[in-house]
Amino acid sequence: MSHQPVKFYQTGTFTVGNRLLDESIRSVQATKTRSNSLNSGHRACQGCGEALGARYALDAAMDVSHHQLIAANATGCLEVFSTPYPETSWQLPWIHSLFGNAAAVATGIAAALRIKGRSEVRVIAQGGDGGTTDIGFGCLSGMFERNDDVLYLCYDNEAYMNTGVQRSSATPPAVRTATTLPVGAEPGNVFGQGKFVPTIAMAHGIPYVATATVADLFDLEYKVKKAIQIRGAKYLHIFVPCPLGWGAASSDTIKLADMAKECGLFPVFEAEHGKVTGVSKIRKLIPVEEYLKRQRRYAHLFGKSPATDVISKIQARADENIRMYGLLATDVR
Amino acid sequence: MTLKQIEGSQGVAEAVALCRPEVICAYPISPQTHIVEGLGEMVKVGQLRAEFLNVESEFAAMSVAIGSSAAGARTYTATASQGLLFMAEAVFNAAGLGLPIVMTIANRAIGAPINIWNDHSDSMSLRDCGWIQLFAETNQEAIDLHIQAFKLAEELSVPVMVCMDGFILTHAYERVDVPLQEQVDAFLPSFEPRQVLDPARPVSIGAMVGPEAYTEVRVLAHAKQIQALTLIPEIAAQFKAHFGRDSGGLIKPYCCEGAHTVVIALGSVLGTIKDVVDELRTQGCAIGVLGITSFRPFPLTEIRQALQGCQRVLVLEKSFAVGVGGIVATNVRMALDGTGQKVLTVVAGLGGRAITKSSLAATLTAAMNDLLEPFSFMDLQQEVIDRALGRERQIRRSGPVAESVLRDIGSVASQIC
Amino acid sequence: MNKPFAITLDVGSSLANKTGSWRTQRPVYLNRKPPCNHQCPAGENIQHWLYLAEEHQYEAAWRVIMEDNPFPAVMGRVCYHSCEKVCNRGQVDLPVGINSVERFLGDQAIKHDWQVTPGAPTGKKVLVVGAGPSGLSAAYHLARSGHAVTVLEANDKAGGMLRYGIPKYRLPREKLNAEIARIKKLGVDIQLRTRVTDLSATLAAGHYDACYVALGLQQGRLEPIPQQGHLPVLDAVSVLRAVELEESVAPLGHVVVYGGGNTAIDVARSAIRLGALSATVVVLEARDQMPAHPEEVREGLEEGITLLNLRKIIQIQDHTLTLEIMVSGEGRETLPTGQTEAVHADLLVQALGQAGDYSLFSSLPQEVTIQNGAVLVDQKGMTSLAGVFAGGDMTPSARNATAAIGAGKKAARHIDRLLRGAMESACLPQELADIRWMNTRYYSDAPRTIRPILDIVRRTSGFAEVVGNLDEDTALFEARRCMSCGNCFECDNCYGVCPDNAVIKLGPGNRFKINYDYCKGCGICAAECPCGAIRMETEQI
Repeated sequence: MSHQPVKFYQTGTFTVGNRLLDESIRSVQATKTRSNSLNSGHRACQGCGEALGARYALDAAMDVSHHQLIAANATGCLEVFSTPYPETSWQLPWIHSLFGNAAAVATGIAAALRIKGRSEVRVIAQGGDGGTTDIGFGCLSGMFERNDDVLYLCYDNEAYMNTGVQRSSATPPAVRTATTLPVGAEPGNVFGQGKFVPTIAMAHGIPYVATATVADLFDLEYKVKKAIQIRGAKYLHIFVPCPLGWGAASSDTIKLADMAKECGLFPVFEAEHGKVTGVSKIRKLIPVEEYLKRQRRYAHLFGKSPATDVISKIQARADENIRMYGLLATDVR
Repeated sequence: MTLKQIEGSQGVAEAVALCRPEVICAYPISPQTHIVEGLGEMVKVGQLRAEFLNVESEFAAMSVAIGSSAAGARTYTATASQGLLFMAEAVFNAAGLGLPIVMTIANRAIGAPINIWNDHSDSMSLRDCGWIQLFAETNQEAIDLHIQAFKLAEELSVPVMVCMDGFILTHAYERVDVPLQEQVDAFLPSFEPRQVLDPARPVSIGAMVGPEAYTEVRVLAHAKQIQALTLIPEIAAQFKAHFGRDSGGLIKPYCCEGAHTVVIALGSVLGTIKDVVDELRTQGCAIGVLGITSFRPFPLTEIRQALQGCQRVLVLEKSFAVGVGGIVATNVRMALDGTGQKVLTVVAGLGGRAITKSSLAATLTAAMNDLLEPFSFMDLQQEVIDRALGRERQIRRSGPVAESVLRDIGSVASQIC
Repeated sequence: MNKPFAITLDVGSSLANKTGSWRTQRPVYLNRKPPCNHQCPAGENIQHWLYLAEEHQYEAAWRVIMEDNPFPAVMGRVCYHSCEKVCNRGQVDLPVGINSVERFLGDQAIKHDWQVTPGAPTGKKVLVVGAGPSGLSAAYHLARSGHAVTVLEANDKAGGMLRYGIPKYRLPREKLNAEIARIKKLGVDIQLRTRVTDLSATLAAGHYDACYVALGLQQGRLEPIPQQGHLPVLDAVSVLRAVELEESVAPLGHVVVYGGGNTAIDVARSAIRLGALSATVVVLEARDQMPAHPEEVREGLEEGITLLNLRKIIQIQDHTLTLEIMVSGEGRETLPTGQTEAVHADLLVQALGQAGDYSLFSSLPQEVTIQNGAVLVDQKGMTSLAGVFAGGDMTPSARNATAAIGAGKKAARHIDRLLRGAMESACLPQELADIRWMNTRYYSDAPRTIRPILDIVRRTSGFAEVVGNLDEDTALFEARRCMSCGNCFECDNCYGVCPDNAVIKLGPGNRFKINYDYCKGCGICAAECPCGAIRMETEQI
């Protein structure tokens, strides 16, 4: 939706780079001069989707802001693995305060910059799904309603990973976490709970809300760049698989992100002032089962007698997204 | 010098504005509200050039302050009571990050039972969070302490709380001297942050520190408080040089020379105590008063010196540590360690209960005659306590304590002046 | 800045933490062999020249083809492009139109008169017998190696079956002539109308150091069929030769061609063009079993030929052919049913096979082994007699032009080594770039360009080229559909997807390097490499 895929090329804009594309439309990640905002030496697990998503997003933001960028970070994996004394992986001005206040800290930074007349410096707040959809939600909503000039990046890996994989309000139904064990009458996380913050963000009427995954770099960079250039509150919800918490192969991180989008469970779209203005169509629709099967957090659904009823309930969620957002290529919005 | 008859909150608002704060975070809670309302108006009319943010909670207020201070802006906020507790995590964090935020605490009791009136439970609950805590005795001092607080905070890179008694000071109309802008500008240099979020020189602020260095970080925080013990009197002296009056400092001894008994207190109650002491001294009693302005850092040496020669110390506290006793008294005992001087604790004025001259006079007289228990409550209605305890012994479902007490005594009996 | 101790940190400090120590697996770059290259009988490095063509480097691309095959313009037309059958892209959408890009490049070379230079003279002389595709291929490679090559050809013109067996509508003669002329420019001496009858004598007379014999199968074979009456019965080789020489064939009328190979279809299509009332191809095998290339069959049917599959001609009675209806048995076997039908014919052309004439070997000091009508050669293309190499249709092979060209190249390489006294270089077999090593989601969905096909009328009314020329855009489009199987094409994926920034981009043409100081061995780079050019290997700890 967001960028012009160059159909004539071998890989178009699906790969990170493409020597056949004009340099001006290559991804930031393809350049030798990218910021590497999150530098080597960080202590994220092998194949960490959050580490990848953070570098993708911040490098794009650094690029479009000409390195005039400050980030506030919520407590969580991203913070812990990037800044254990005496080593930091961040190559931009960065502050970590608390678990639940990244949005407010960013508001403060933005206010300071505004009063100092430094409008060229852009501000990012970032956190995981726990720090965003749960404990940081009050500050996030406040930042939204005041329309503070901050881009909030939520790296959604669907649970509290830093503390040992506990359920968050972004954990999908049926998922096994340490606090939603696959036991009892309704194994795993229950159906009928949880929230999808992008739509709540939209309800604030802020200028820009979007979702993205680490599997579509061009889309992600497009959205970060667009958001950075908008004055006011922006929210970008990035889907980042967690090999450890999901019980997935470390090499599957991007694949899973792609599958989540391709089965419809994670809708990729953008919205301006509360209205959806674009969706990423599904390229090749897959059943949710293919996505679920690759993750041990869903293993209890695929034993000797597969929980077909549960799987079809999950499929129904995907179908509802497909219907609601018009995710099929044939759907016209 | 022109004196203005204004509300304490208005005076503080004007003093803060004279300090040219760049970011002000406001969240309403009584009795602090008038201060930020005043600042908000000044920003709105363009009298003060600052970012005034109506945030969604006290937690957000302190968090926004953390962000703006880290980005190099002079930052101010105010709160009280529940608000301070709600922002507690961020209060510790601001100190841990060494951000020179100045915050007014309009001291107020803590619920439950919910109570909007003055005592010191709020500030005392966060006494060890790493902030400097200065207690104002009068509205003039509240004004002066704010001006000094920014200088102190920014020189040390430590946040400062200026504590003033809710309602008693914040809502009292008094004649005060609000300094001129040029005076304040001459006294208070512009903010030169020790660390700042700046794209030109990126740093990471707020690292995770493990057992290998955490102790040292804490000790360094303590070292800053120790430095403040020197700096606070220095700044008070500078202040006097600029503004011509004594304000601030660590402690305020009053008639302590030769006193056998010294009453220690913080905040506005010192005025009443001084009146009573004056009267007792006319009766020939060897009694003095020691006001503590800087509760954090706690001036152990200065207090020990000021109390030299007295026999007994009566600490009058507007808060207490449930399950132990006095909070200020415990600190005073530390200052008097080994001297054998007697330390009595009287808890008074909780939840806004009036501290009357007559009760004070009776208490001080009892203390001077060694008739006071080591730990006691002024004007306690013992029969209410006894009834409630008796009820609880009899009935399992005895109901909520606060409501029962109110039923027993009637709200008119709460003795608010 | 007088920063607070421990809580505030300087940028770049994490580089002190070498996370490479976590690794249990390491990514390693490698080149796997693309299936097209593996399949190509001429041994072309297809992936490589497509890579260059993608970048508009047409001459460089053409030169890569010329490393292996001197006939891009010809092969871009007549090769049955088995490379496309194995093309991995076929499993994604449709195979890359390799053949059409090759034709485009071949035509560009002719248009711009790109030439090849001979190697430094070695002083060695090599004889090539037969100026067909195999002989000319060998001559070309030998000349590029610096040997003096003489080609002796019995016919009036060089080209062999490319000229005398493939009709003009499939291969315009100016393309063939141009590519032969280029070989001549290399210094290859082609002597026409010179039939070698005594190889031993010719070798001695010319003081040749080695020879390559590629006579082809020049004789059409006639199946004996019981016949009464005077129906003309010809063999396909003679008919196609006559067509090429523009000699009159027998009166045409209703033409029946007997045989299921490409030659049979060529004859039928030529007959239509020459004005036959009808052209019927009688094929023993079922449609899906017949050896002719499906594309040829399809185009023939479009032009109006009739196909009679599972039929055997058992009798000729004047102008009536009796056909026995067959059924498919096991494998390629067909079984008679006893049922028959009749077909009218004014001319019967048999296209059931060809035979070679090996009399030139008879005078050699040692016997050359011949089995089942073919001259046996070893792995190097050498006959049982040292220094005498052979290849092309006369040796056991796929018997098509591409295989013949490949045989010529192989023999030339071994002749060169023999003449230089060089050792065989040991080369490890490359792992095949199987699609399971690849991540095809990265390739854009793009259908193969449909070749513009000349309209039927224009085709059937003459010998204009049937398969149209690709214009540059289309050729580029096809080239850019190549997935570069098993060979890095610098898409930057590994560089981008590494969560640890442990891939170093070395710049255009230089690919990438893993920084093992920080690589944690997660394997995302290998999983997300579109073309399968990274392999995860277990760390030896």
